Amino acid sequence: MEWEVVIGLETHTQLKTNTKIFSGASTTYGAEPNTQACEVSIALPGVLPVLNKEAVNCAIKFGLAVHAEIAPRSVFARKNYFYPDLPKGYQISQYELPVVGKGAVTIQVPAVGKNAAYEKVINITRAHLEEDAGKSVHGAVEGMSGIDLNRAGTPLLEIVTEPDMRSAAEAVAYAKKLHELVQWIGICDGNMQEGSFRCDVNVSVRPKGTEKLGTRREIKNLNSFKFMQQAIEYETRWQIETLEDGGTIQQATVLFNPDTGETRAMRSKEEANDYRYFPDPDLLPLEITEADKARVQAEMPELPEAMKARFENQFGLTSYDAASLTANRALADYFVAVVSAGAEAKPAANWVMGAISAKLNAEEKTLAASPVAAESLAALIKRITDNTISNNAAKQVFEAMWNGEGEVDAIIEAKGLKQVSDTGAIEAIIDEVLAANAAMVEEFKAGKEKAFNALVGQAMKASKGKANPAQVNEVLKNKLGA
Amino acid sequence: MALSTEDIKKIAHLARVEVSDSDAAATLSKLTGILGLIEQMQAVNTDGIVPMSHSQDVVQRLRDDVVTKTNQREAFQKISPELGNGSKEHAVDSGLYLVPKVIE
Repeated sequence: MEWEVVIGLETHTQLKTNTKIFSGASTTYGAEPNTQACEVSIALPGVLPVLNKEAVNCAIKFGLAVHAEIAPRSVFARKNYFYPDLPKGYQISQYELPVVGKGAVTIQVPAVGKNAAYEKVINITRAHLEEDAGKSVHGAVEGMSGIDLNRAGTPLLEIVTEPDMRSAAEAVAYAKKLHELVQWIGICDGNMQEGSFRCDVNVSVRPKGTEKLGTRREIKNLNSFKFMQQAIEYETRWQIETLEDGGTIQQATVLFNPDTGETRAMRSKEEANDYRYFPDPDLLPLEITEADKARVQAEMPELPEAMKARFENQFGLTSYDAASLTANRALADYFVAVVSAGAEAKPAANWVMGAISAKLNAEEKTLAASPVAAESLAALIKRITDNTISNNAAKQVFEAMWNGEGEVDAIIEAKGLKQVSDTGAIEAIIDEVLAANAAMVEEFKAGKEKAFNALVGQAMKASKGKANPAQVNEVLKNKLGA
Repeated sequence: MALSTEDIKKIAHLARVEVSDSDAAATLSKLTGILGLIEQMQAVNTDGIVPMSHSQDVVQRLRDDVVTKTNQREAFQKISPELGNGSKEHAVDSGLYLVPKVIE
């Protein structure tokens, strides 16, 4: 039987605020344990939550970015469960009335093997505001667990999709897209190592062509795209094999073990998922007006889709190039800066996606750390388009700029890379080449086209690569009467 | 909706409240009474009425995103629970609050 995998994601994004969602305690990562755990974070009796305006703004930004309904009125609820990293005995979350309703994102699924790349729309079910829990530290004291509540109360936006994905590749493409989007609009720092972006993946399988969803298992807390891919592939195989062997799938929460590449069901907690949600009487309904939305809209950057369309229309870039350049905000901003500094868009796109990206990848640097500033790259491109240097010479100049040897014109001067475009000088070189290579000239005249290219090569060599290749071609054609 | 003593035990467990067998029967009758009241309310026609999520008809005020809390760890850990088993020491170590071992 042919099987189909069905995947939905729940992503916890830590919002980039200075303070916690319900108190004025700092959210800075990596502080000494419990030094940022105020009386609200540790849940002393009698404290009251006060909602952070910036957390609400972040939620509105996300809603606008995925073209979602933003609830004019949403409600905070208590999700009740007991765990030592949650000292109140409940997490303040949203349940029936979340701040962000239905929306959608378009993902680009890359080509795999024979399958071509394609676009797909993934529907967002909802996104709601909630508080993060603290952290447990094991092994410090025998028989005890240590609790650090610095993270308790950090604002989270939990983003939930419809079960719209049909492969690990689609799920990873969605997760990457979302990861870039939340950074693009500036609501999350995207740091997966520090837990700023964590995914839970719901996986089920069903016979291909059927409608009814299979029983799902939820893979918890994936914080790398590589692990997500591996975990989904393993989980899918395991579910199919279990069903084909005549077994059934029990709904469960599973953990992925990166060392073995396997998923394993967590000890099934008695009464799991019986959270007894109810509206939190400590918080009043959150009202978001049209004016609030307009104010946040005014602060929003141009979104990647809009920028992609603009690059295609305004600069005549291909859809592929425009998509690559808008894959992340830093890259897009860099490209725009190169063009704003006077470079032509098409060569600018090629240099940014080519030489710059290759160097950054090879040296594992981010654009912010690029030794070649956008203005410098623009200056280099201008020297190519005004025929001062050839493309080959430009590569040498770029290399020198990357190594901090100075600015474009100084390097061209120092290395003597200026292209020879003086017709008289080129003619002189070609006359020499023709005289020295009579055999090749004969071959060409006998109809061997290749001999022409060999002569161009000789002329370029004689000019030490400085002759303008287009002019060499031109002059040579005239001299040979071709 | 009829409750059983098993339901009472389950609800008590979820809330981490200890209810003895003898108390369970009394709690059952009280809770059943409350559910009866709710059933009576549910019989009222509420078509077109927006569900109430708070008893006050006002909306949430928002706080500016500015750090106002300072580090009070020392003060809080001075009033934290003691280790127990005769020890008067506070259950803290290296800035962490200590709890009986929890491993998933």
